[in-house]
Amino acid sequence: MSEEKSRRGFLEILLGSSAVMALSAVLYPIFKFITPPKTAEANLSQLKLSFTRAEIELEAQKAKYFKYGKALGIIFINEKNQLKAMDATCTHLDCTVQHRPDLGILWCSCHNGRYGLDGTNISGPPPRPLSTYAVKEVDDVIFVSKGDS
Amino acid sequence: MNNTDSPLMKWFDTRFKINALIEYMSNKSVPTHSHSSFYYLGGISLFLFIIQVVTGILLLMYYRPGADSAYESVQFIISNVSFGWLIRAIHSWSANLMIFFVFLHMFTVYFTKAYRKPRELTWITGMGLFVLALSFGFSGYLLPWNELAYFATRVGTGMAGAIPLIGDDIMTIMRGGEEVTGATIGRFFGLHVAILPGLFTLLLSLHLIFVQRQGMSEPVAWSAKPEHKKKYMKFFPSFILRDLLVWMVVLNVIAILAVFFPDGIGVVHWPLGEKADLFSPPPAVIRPEWYFMFAFQALKMLPAHVWFMEGELFGILLFTIGGVIWMIVPFIDKDAGQNKRSKAFTYFGCFVLAFILFMTVYGYLVE
Repeated sequence: MSEEKSRRGFLEILLGSSAVMALSAVLYPIFKFITPPKTAEANLSQLKLSFTRAEIELEAQKAKYFKYGKALGIIFINEKNQLKAMDATCTHLDCTVQHRPDLGILWCSCHNGRYGLDGTNISGPPPRPLSTYAVKEVDDVIFVSKGDS
Repeated sequence: MNNTDSPLMKWFDTRFKINALIEYMSNKSVPTHSHSSFYYLGGISLFLFIIQVVTGILLLMYYRPGADSAYESVQFIISNVSFGWLIRAIHSWSANLMIFFVFLHMFTVYFTKAYRKPRELTWITGMGLFVLALSFGFSGYLLPWNELAYFATRVGTGMAGAIPLIGDDIMTIMRGGEEVTGATIGRFFGLHVAILPGLFTLLLSLHLIFVQRQGMSEPVAWSAKPEHKKKYMKFFPSFILRDLLVWMVVLNVIAILAVFFPDGIGVVHWPLGEKADLFSPPPAVIRPEWYFMFAFQALKMLPAHVWFMEGELFGILLFTIGGVIWMIVPFIDKDAGQNKRSKAFTYFGCFVLAFILFMTVYGYLVE
């Protein structure tokens, strides 16, 4: 009887574990399929912007956006007439920040997050400062690169 | 009511025993009391879901997912296709009304404690349907690929990214990449028209089977009432006919709203607006749909850091805990299961309702 029971128990374990394995064999490819393949990060040492300072000045908010690899950046003219560039993605919940020359801040309208013009988070929900880009102006051409301005 | 005389009914009855089903339904009864009107709320939500399935299928004939085609196809539907504006308006109105009636249904069930034993699983499946209904709203919002939808989706999926350890992976799976792009539309589209309807139908079937097997819940106070003082009406045909009448009223209300306010009214609106532009900042006034407003406002009010956690994570954690408690209420409210009044749970419900109402109204006022 007990031998009978242990044989049954063994078969149940066998059946149970094959069920788990069969299920994993179905679920694993599904999970991997829905995870998008990683695209390689563009290895940029610097980026030449397609617009000039004059074009930024023409904008009402004295700012323009650019793509740096996969990241969205913002370049603006501050109160000292300097060009500053930083990450445009709010560190709170991924919204896009905008330059508010009237308030002297970078502002995220989604949750009223405020950053100083150097990228530091000053009020509202953003937990971290925005990362900055170094800006170089050669003649009329603007170059941005990762790192402090 | 015996229809076996009709040849058609006879034909069906010999094959499917229709009369047994009619017999079963005519023996069912629905309690009649001062809150009997609550019994229609679930049916109204069901009817609104059916309208969305029908209008959704119609919209599918012209809608084309993709960053270069989604916005243009919706524009084509509302400006070129005959009655396209009407179909989209009915789809949006019934969606918003469904969420409203689902909220109403959930709170009336909660406050009348209809979730109590033996209806725990009806409550759980209902909560599942509630979550799916909100997911329908969230995934459908992105599909027109307009400015508001784009930023709402970035924020919404960004919230998933705030979950520690697995957040980034969940966000990437939701977005179909690291950013909200055309790939995200593809995913949300699949979710909105295939995955969610499938899951919803499955849960809805279970929910309806449970309701049919157990009948309508009687008020808690009825347990102390003598049998002869309890009043009932027959489920078939009395309740069913009333149900159908209410559905006709709802259909007419939707028709009026869709014709006179095709883009919605006040805070319940869905103008197509500008096409999503990845290189432009969000508009100054950005807000989610009204049923997400309370969560949006609560997150907005949280400081950057709470204790050792980032504010957003703290908020998400709080909502998750609240949601889980809400879901398992039938199992923790033991008093209601014994037909006793459980005041603590009534107060908890009042708090949740007051929080949602206050945050929603406040959210619109502070703009």
